[in-house]
Amino acid sequence: MTFETCAESFHGLILRALGRDFGDRLLPRGLEINVCDQVFLIASGLVWNVYFATLALFFGFFLATAVALGKASPRAWARKPAEAFVFLFRGSPLFVQFFFIYEALVLLPRAGITLGGLTIDTQWTTRAWAGALFVLFLNTSAYTAEIFHGALKAIPKGDLEAADAYGLTGFAKFRRVVWPTMLRLAWPSYTNEAIFLLHATTLVFFSAFPAWQQMGDALYYASYFAAQTFNPFIAYPIVGLYFILMTLAVIGLFGAVNRRLNRHLPREARGRFRFRPQYIR
Amino acid sequence: MFSFCADPSVLPDWQWMACYLTTGSHMALYRSVLVVLLLLALAAPLALGMGFLGALAMRSRNLILRSVGTIYVAMVRGVPDIIFFLFVPFAIDQGVEFARHRILCPDWDQPVRQGNDFIVCAAAKMPLATDPAWVHNLWGFLLALAAFALVFGAFAANTLNGAMNAVPRGQLETAEAYGMTPGQSFRRILLPQMWVYALPGLSNLWMILTKATPLLFLLGIQDVVYWARELGGQKTGVYAYPHPDWRVWYFLGVLVFYLLLTWTSQKVFDRLMVRMSHGQATSGGEALRRAGA
Repeated sequence: MTFETCAESFHGLILRALGRDFGDRLLPRGLEINVCDQVFLIASGLVWNVYFATLALFFGFFLATAVALGKASPRAWARKPAEAFVFLFRGSPLFVQFFFIYEALVLLPRAGITLGGLTIDTQWTTRAWAGALFVLFLNTSAYTAEIFHGALKAIPKGDLEAADAYGLTGFAKFRRVVWPTMLRLAWPSYTNEAIFLLHATTLVFFSAFPAWQQMGDALYYASYFAAQTFNPFIAYPIVGLYFILMTLAVIGLFGAVNRRLNRHLPREARGRFRFRPQYIR
Repeated sequence: MFSFCADPSVLPDWQWMACYLTTGSHMALYRSVLVVLLLLALAAPLALGMGFLGALAMRSRNLILRSVGTIYVAMVRGVPDIIFFLFVPFAIDQGVEFARHRILCPDWDQPVRQGNDFIVCAAAKMPLATDPAWVHNLWGFLLALAAFALVFGAFAANTLNGAMNAVPRGQLETAEAYGMTPGQSFRRILLPQMWVYALPGLSNLWMILTKATPLLFLLGIQDVVYWARELGGQKTGVYAYPHPDWRVWYFLGVLVFYLLLTWTSQKVFDRLMVRMSHGQATSGGEALRRAGA
């Protein structure tokens, strides 16, 4: 299908990443491809990057808090599993984790698991929206747990003593003193983690997870165009530019939260964000 | 491999396994582990060299050099690296073929880009279509190596630049007071002292580099991921060693391989840090001095 104008490309492709029913069934091929097609189709793929990054980060936040507390715990039954979890997911490449977990999910019985007359379907777990999200969730939990654990260790002794002096114990102490301070200290590094995670979502469709009905992320479409046109000099810069813009958006968003977390502190004492990317994981 | 492997279908379990794990394609899997290690061994010094040049460029007094260094580092760090891994080999390959085309076939009158095709004369192909397979493999490996050096060079440039800035100012002022030229104080004072500041960043970078090696698979290199997929897939009765889908076990093996690699590296870096901290004006060096005294 050839698009004559940019407006046609926009209509045909901007929602294509959501599925065949949301745009043109066939992607533009070979000589049909023009620059507008590339701009809009790659943009439509961003929806998956945002989907994976947001949900993995959201769910990962809670697991990471639990794992960080486990790692800081003096009790071995809580510390050892937390340490093992962090080592497993930080010590191995995300790329291999994708493959391993995908193959494990594929081995689930095809017909579904029957539990007391109730059949639980397992097919959907091998699809990217569920399976890859699960891997990214575990992966970011491990990295975030390490950040939170470092922040837990860095909570000023005086703050904890003050909490004791006020008679705060147990969960009340955690909720009102430990947790907010931990977040405040961890936030600059956590911003970096959010950026790495966003960039790591580009791996999903290059690892084990197939792009079903050509529903893929931004980089999937960029590499599709590069392969179709034998010209890497248009598609890859476009996707690179999109990611720079998204990175700036993440920095802005997390910066706002950082200001809120630090609002009671004098300006010099506030934690500052430093852009420290380490992309591959 | 073993003498009893002639007819695997009649073998007992452990012998079958021994034969299975020593087939020709499994040997290729083991060789691909060496390819990964070779890439690490070559990419690390190359990236360090690129990083050193990048850091020098970033600190240069020449405005053009400084902008080149800064833009290089900022660009690579601002974009997902995997884009570079897909882009750089592709771009270098076309660039080399284009240059060879211009040199080797000057009387070629058609444009190189015709629609969506990239057409160079047969003599300019890189490698030539008539070259044996190993040349193609080597060329692919070199392209991958270039991509790794370029991406990790930018990361290393940033780390080294930070380490150079971290050397206490007083040390350099002392060097100036002794009448050393900028070059002398760089070589004699800055360079030997910066490593202890660079090591944490560099060890982190090494970890990232090890974990980036499975991306070789995306560049069409037959690395461990490739062979894990190939060998693990279900094999029917037409194969000498039929088995169901074992990919999950192969990837478990790959996972353990990488965990071992990062775990060993961590141990090595911990020891290196202790050695480098000797006699340094850092808290690590101070702790060593106290322990020794």
